[in-house]
Amino acid sequence: MTNSINEIPNSKVMFVIGCNATEAHPIIGTKMMQALANGAKLIVADPRSIELAECSDLWMRLRPGTDIALINGIMNIILANGWEDRAFIEERTEDFEKLRENLQKYTPDVVSKITGVPVEQLEEAARIYATAESAQIFYTLGITEHVYGTDNVMSLANLALLTGNLGKECSGVNPLRGQNNVQGACDMGALPEVYPGYQKVANAEAQAKFEAAWGVPLDPTPGFMIPDMFEAAHSKDLRALYVLGEDPVMTDADANHVRKGLKALDFLVVQDIFLSETAKLADVVFPGASFAEKTGTFSNTERRVQMVNKAIEPIGNAKADWQILCELATAMGYPFEYQSPEEIMQEVAKLTPQYAGITHARLGTQGLQWPVPNAEHPGTKFLHEGNFNRGKGLFVAIDNQIPDELPDEMYPFLLSTGRKLSHYNVFTQHSEALETYAPEELAEVNPLDAKRLGFEEGERIKVTSRRGEVETKIRITPRVPLGLIYMTFHYTETPTNVLTNGAFDKVTKTYEYKVCGVQLSKLS
Amino acid sequence: MEWYNLTIDGCEVRVPKGTTVLEACRMNDIQIPTLCQDKELTPSGACRLCVVEIEGMRNLPPSCVTQVAQGMVVQTQNTKVRAARKVILELLVANHPLDCMTCQKMGNCSLAEYAYEYGATGEIYKGEKRDLPIDSGNPFILRDPNKCISCGKCIKACTEIQGRSILDFSFRGFDTQVGPAFNLPYNESDCVFCGSCVSVCPVGALTEKKMVGMGRSWEVSKVQTTCPFCGTGCNFDLNVKDGKVIGVTSNPDSPVNGKALCVKGRFGMDMIYSPTRLTTPLIRKDGVLVPAEWDEAIALVAAKFGQIKKESGPNAIAALSSAHCTNEENYLMQKFMRAVIGTNNVDHCART
Repeated sequence: MTNSINEIPNSKVMFVIGCNATEAHPIIGTKMMQALANGAKLIVADPRSIELAECSDLWMRLRPGTDIALINGIMNIILANGWEDRAFIEERTEDFEKLRENLQKYTPDVVSKITGVPVEQLEEAARIYATAESAQIFYTLGITEHVYGTDNVMSLANLALLTGNLGKECSGVNPLRGQNNVQGACDMGALPEVYPGYQKVANAEAQAKFEAAWGVPLDPTPGFMIPDMFEAAHSKDLRALYVLGEDPVMTDADANHVRKGLKALDFLVVQDIFLSETAKLADVVFPGASFAEKTGTFSNTERRVQMVNKAIEPIGNAKADWQILCELATAMGYPFEYQSPEEIMQEVAKLTPQYAGITHARLGTQGLQWPVPNAEHPGTKFLHEGNFNRGKGLFVAIDNQIPDELPDEMYPFLLSTGRKLSHYNVFTQHSEALETYAPEELAEVNPLDAKRLGFEEGERIKVTSRRGEVETKIRITPRVPLGLIYMTFHYTETPTNVLTNGAFDKVTKTYEYKVCGVQLSKLS
Repeated sequence: MEWYNLTIDGCEVRVPKGTTVLEACRMNDIQIPTLCQDKELTPSGACRLCVVEIEGMRNLPPSCVTQVAQGMVVQTQNTKVRAARKVILELLVANHPLDCMTCQKMGNCSLAEYAYEYGATGEIYKGEKRDLPIDSGNPFILRDPNKCISCGKCIKACTEIQGRSILDFSFRGFDTQVGPAFNLPYNESDCVFCGSCVSVCPVGALTEKKMVGMGRSWEVSKVQTTCPFCGTGCNFDLNVKDGKVIGVTSNPDSPVNGKALCVKGRFGMDMIYSPTRLTTPLIRKDGVLVPAEWDEAIALVAAKFGQIKKESGPNAIAALSSAHCTNEENYLMQKFMRAVIGTNNVDHCART
């Protein structure tokens, strides 16, 4: 997030797009509810009638995958009314003319036809967002999990730049990060093209820095991203995979393809706290310790690095993941001689500019928001005050695109996937309390579709895509529009990702989990 | 900022304009009993236990809803004030079950604490007692309306923290109860089981179901930590007894979330002890995963990675790091792949 979670209750305007915060990020959802009680305006763009849509001042039920057109349309209206922030554009941005030229074709009528959102709603959204004293954008995977996810995000950045909603309180472009430490895993360089702190492996200076620190020559060529790994496994270019605390068989798109890729490997090592679907395919399984059994840090969606404190000893013969990694590295002839996670953080701080001032002792009970450039720095509440990382904010002209696979005659329903409140990804099924409360998948189907297909509430049906089929119970609800089925990926018994499309974004290689074609049928 | 000088129990204090008398007292380490007050909630003046005497005021005003004024003279512990508080406590205790020995809240019950301090036994106003059914139809929260003191904190937490307004008062007078609309059980209401109501309840009316009978508050050590689920980064206290996590309670000093948590963070930590936990390394032998010693498993992986690196080069090996593991572990994983294996083939579910 460019801004901080506790700015939310003071928001003037919130524009929430592709983001079901009250379920997927419940405490951020409660902060949004508090903002509403304090008089904030809420605009929601989502194909589903999520809880926030029900509480909103304006809900735009856009067609899945038409976000770029929607945002371009809103910007077109902003310019037509002169609601843009001229001074901000002048001082802090470049390439405005390119954007303006491109927006000309996104007239309200054209955009309304593409998105299914009435012109009056587009105008109202533009007015509320652009005329506010400050306005915040929140997005989640509804924006990123498309083959043009990067372009979706850049469109939102265009909108914020156009209205000067960056670099100040209660503004900004705020992605709500999915997992507890997805921010931190990125910060730590668990990515194929960057070292910790986003220092590029292809940059000779960065390479020299890490070669000096680690005492070995390093490869300047970026490695495989996740989808590349499974492809390389199929083609035998990849022979071994070491999976730490992930379950790609359940969570990656086109699960059957993933499973085949894993089976094609010569050697699969899985380190996890549960015997996951992926672990079941492994040659060696290392039992890791849960968060309660180890010390370390997580970095949350607002860049706050916080302590994870050990409360109990590891269960059975399990070990903390950092200890397992130390033993393995040492066994391979490169001793990792860390005595504690604190010692590891000292090395991180030396090599990672954003974490330079972070120590476990400083984090204490309140954490610190990076960048923390030195030991006295108090942390950074919001980013981009005064200037952007690259200097000026760059407008990028972006055109509307269509998803890789839309419904057709054979697969007439659009499948969109996500989370629900009572579960988190694939491991809360291991909580007896949560499993008792929400024991099974309840795919959402529109009442008219259900009637046409003769489905009853709670009936088990078959969902088929080009890639596979699953069985699921259904919940009949107008939360979803006609022609759309919504499913979560929480349940081993209904592995939804068998259905999803493995097509991915050209930059990030994020799969298009939000749109694919499926067929619904009764169980014979 | 405008500052006011006032006298509390004979001491001169200076506080900003807009401060309540209660806040002024607490800023200066003067103890005032409260049952309905919480710093995350708007004050309601409901329980009247925080009454004080203020010179020039006719009655004893509740300090939580009385703002300071210049030159105010406040008495917090004189006989009149203490007698008024004792009457309130006597009335509450008179109508309260005295099953403290088996009550989960024992040791952490504000009513018991103040009744002890003020010597309120409940015998002065003996009368009718309630015998209402306990709401236990959900996996998370036990609601015992007999123990409810109608302080209204749970109602405010549901509305002001959670923004849901599921809870409210129903019925009148002696019959007053707090619960979902139509006094439905929790599991038949729109409650999302965030448990904010439990986190503010000063007595044993709302308790964490799974923690009942698991330990007394004085036997439990609390370890502040960060939730392992979504990216919000809520903090809470793991409650540990005899080396075992028995549940989760809110930590009011949590920087992101205060006392608020969701159903998963507050009630999902029994996953730590799931029978499906891996407790020993496993090695595939004759097609089946069988238990193994650590040394054997580590040596096997080191040898296999070494062999593949030698035969096919470091880029024939890749790793998926984890958005669920710590920063320190992610740092080590990418260092392991880059410095030990010699490849940049390391990624994680960064974008999903």
